[in-house]
Amino acid sequence: MLDFLLQLLLALDATLRLATPLILCAMAGIFAERSGIVDISLEGKLLTGAFVAAAVAAITGSAWLGLFAAIGASVFMSLIHGFACITHKGDQVVSGVAINILASGMTVIAGIALFAKGGQTPHLPNESRFRAIEFYGVETLNNVPVIGTIYRELISGHSLLVYLALVLVPICAFVMYKSRFGLRLRAVGELPEAVDSAGISVTWLRYRALIVGGALCGIAGAYLSISHGANFVREMSAGKGYIALAAVIFGNWRPYKALFACLLFGFLEAGTSRLQGVDLPLIGEIPIQLMLAVPYIVTVLLLAGFIGRPTAPAAIGQPYNK
Amino acid sequence: MSDIELKTSGDTPARFALELQGISKSFGTVRANRDIDLQVPSGTIHGIIGENGAGKSTLMNILYGLHRADAGEMRIDGTPCKIRSSADSIALGIGMVHQHFMLVPRFSVLENVMLGSEGGGLLRAGRGATLDTLKRLGETYGMVVDPNALISDLNVGTRQRVEILKALKGGARILILDEPTGVLTPQETEQLFEILKVLRDDGVTILLITHKLDEIMAVTDNVSIMRAGTMVGHRETAQTNAAELAELMVGRKVLLTVEKGPANPTEILLSVDNLGAVSSRGHDVLKDMSFDLRGGEILGIAGVSGNGQTQLLEILTGMRVPDRGQVNILGDKISKTSPKNPRELREMGLAHIPEDRHIHGLVLDFEAQENVVLGYHRDDITGTGALIDRDVINTHCAERMETFDVRPSNPALNAKNFSGGNQQKIVIAREIYSNPRVLIVGQPTRGVDVGAIEFIHKQLIALRDAGCAIVVVSVELEEVLGLSDRIMVMNDGQSVGIVDAADTDVNQLGLMMAGISQEAAE
Repeated sequence: MLDFLLQLLLALDATLRLATPLILCAMAGIFAERSGIVDISLEGKLLTGAFVAAAVAAITGSAWLGLFAAIGASVFMSLIHGFACITHKGDQVVSGVAINILASGMTVIAGIALFAKGGQTPHLPNESRFRAIEFYGVETLNNVPVIGTIYRELISGHSLLVYLALVLVPICAFVMYKSRFGLRLRAVGELPEAVDSAGISVTWLRYRALIVGGALCGIAGAYLSISHGANFVREMSAGKGYIALAAVIFGNWRPYKALFACLLFGFLEAGTSRLQGVDLPLIGEIPIQLMLAVPYIVTVLLLAGFIGRPTAPAAIGQPYNK
Repeated sequence: MSDIELKTSGDTPARFALELQGISKSFGTVRANRDIDLQVPSGTIHGIIGENGAGKSTLMNILYGLHRADAGEMRIDGTPCKIRSSADSIALGIGMVHQHFMLVPRFSVLENVMLGSEGGGLLRAGRGATLDTLKRLGETYGMVVDPNALISDLNVGTRQRVEILKALKGGARILILDEPTGVLTPQETEQLFEILKVLRDDGVTILLITHKLDEIMAVTDNVSIMRAGTMVGHRETAQTNAAELAELMVGRKVLLTVEKGPANPTEILLSVDNLGAVSSRGHDVLKDMSFDLRGGEILGIAGVSGNGQTQLLEILTGMRVPDRGQVNILGDKISKTSPKNPRELREMGLAHIPEDRHIHGLVLDFEAQENVVLGYHRDDITGTGALIDRDVINTHCAERMETFDVRPSNPALNAKNFSGGNQQKIVIAREIYSNPRVLIVGQPTRGVDVGAIEFIHKQLIALRDAGCAIVVVSVELEEVLGLSDRIMVMNDGQSVGIVDAADTDVNQLGLMMAGISQEAAE
């Protein structure tokens, strides 16, 4: 029983770690998409953030400088997206894909140019990373059955950025539903004409939404390369931006529901890596390729209508023309 | 500005809430507003009437800061002002109820009303005050609405009240309503007018934009009439009548004479029997429509646009299924239980020159030669094989262009690159080529230059003389008078009467268009 609990806790612990970049990117996606901008470029911003964080941390030795640089770089990518599809009313998907391709190529080129390690960044020492934080009282509570284990394995011992991601969800929800900015943001994704006729700038609102999203993606990227990992590896975002976008849709463009979706996807990923090579009764050993595909298959199945029809912001994808 | 005294409220000398002088606005080559002057006494309901496309909405959008005028001056309460954005006009106390409501359907009433005037960075700050204002305004003007209801759950009339409340909450002293009754039931319209009167008595100045004469007569103090982008007159409502307004709206154009001999009507090819149609909102848009049409005869349909002509055209051409009654056409019938689609009707010998060539007549991004075979592409004019033979359609199109004098005569040019008149000729060339026995024409010469108008009229007369039965719907009275053998006038979805073209004139038709019956009009 206790062994099962431990296994479960370890799986949940892994879930949290794997879900963190998804959560941050999903919140970014919600801001962008609620403002009416399709944000397929989450992936590219995540990758950019990861590279810049690792590169700056490697050069300066400071994780914090890495984090802020990642945020800056990712916001810059957001502004490119905004310039193309808000200012110039370009196709949002095309612009997003372009940013993903740009990020994919630029990170490797810059990596080779700076560090000459085939696109990777140097391995970071622990002091240049966001390390796991041991909570107060882990030792004391260790002897308390169940609670002690939960406290030690699940609640304590994560990087600052994991906690930040979790704290940001209620903050995002608060901003979205309780603030003036959130009201206007939701309105501009539904009926930009209404926002315009209320005397508010549609353009500036949408830019602000993208900037917030860029900052969140930057944090997610920094988490990948200087917290979860210890260096940047080419294509290290590995589709997480797309999965986060799926979580946004799955979560019906709502922060808490998207959080749940991210945790589900994180759990599937954690579960599959745990089940690799394990002989299951009746089924036998499941091929690793199939296991790796499970999160994607589940995503497709969920989005194919098992969750009821998601209702996207009404004006999503449409440039605003007066 | 105008030679008449406008009625103002109370005994105070004329104080104008709003004055416009020389407002002009062009979109590309289209001059939507030309040198518009307007004076609106404060505390009155001022109607602005004109047909669709007369420039009313453009003018109001300028006033509300959604468009910027190319030229002209604006004064609010006597103070000159510049309006660059909606924010400016809101600050000046102008509120607008748009034709298409500016309400987010997934938001609550409260959220919609707060949008733009939230009262602080957090919604909590302004919520209480907004609720109080909503309650006070609702009780004062008889517009009580549940602030927590979702807009998508409200009916159209209530949504409109939310729009009005939103404008008033923003401090509006001048309220613009753009075609507010188009989506309302008659009862809702009544209620709206009551609300407007209370608002006026409270000192709010109201601009009512509409193309419906009866509304102007029912609720306004003064009325300004627009036609083709210009202001053609200002009247005190009590000193005018629907017939005069109709005439001003439609205008007396230079008489276009259409040379034609007497008609030789043959057998009945089209007969409409008690036809009725209901809009998606449940309004009767076409009521008890009956007429017969013989081969070799042109029936003109006159009326202010928006009085059921479009629905009638749609039914006759198979684009809409009638809700009541039936159409007997070329020995077959169309009814609710046995509808016909446009292709079936076309194969029976009906051709259609649609009201709006850009929507129903042409694919603007297709080449002329492709447009000339559209709808007939299963016939041999595209070649005998299964594939479209481009040489064949090219030759065909070149011939058509020659016959119909389409310029430039280049079959490979995209339809959008032709002028309006030449686009219309392409449509007409296509439809007439099939030798139709019944031809349905909507606005044959809308946006067409004078030379092309004459040509198009000749083509229609020639087709009539060849024995075709033709229905022509047009908002141009002179055109209807010149082309038709008989004229039916429509008002509010109904036929006001059918008269012989030879026995009528613009005056009688104008009265009939205002809904005054044929006998009374004589």
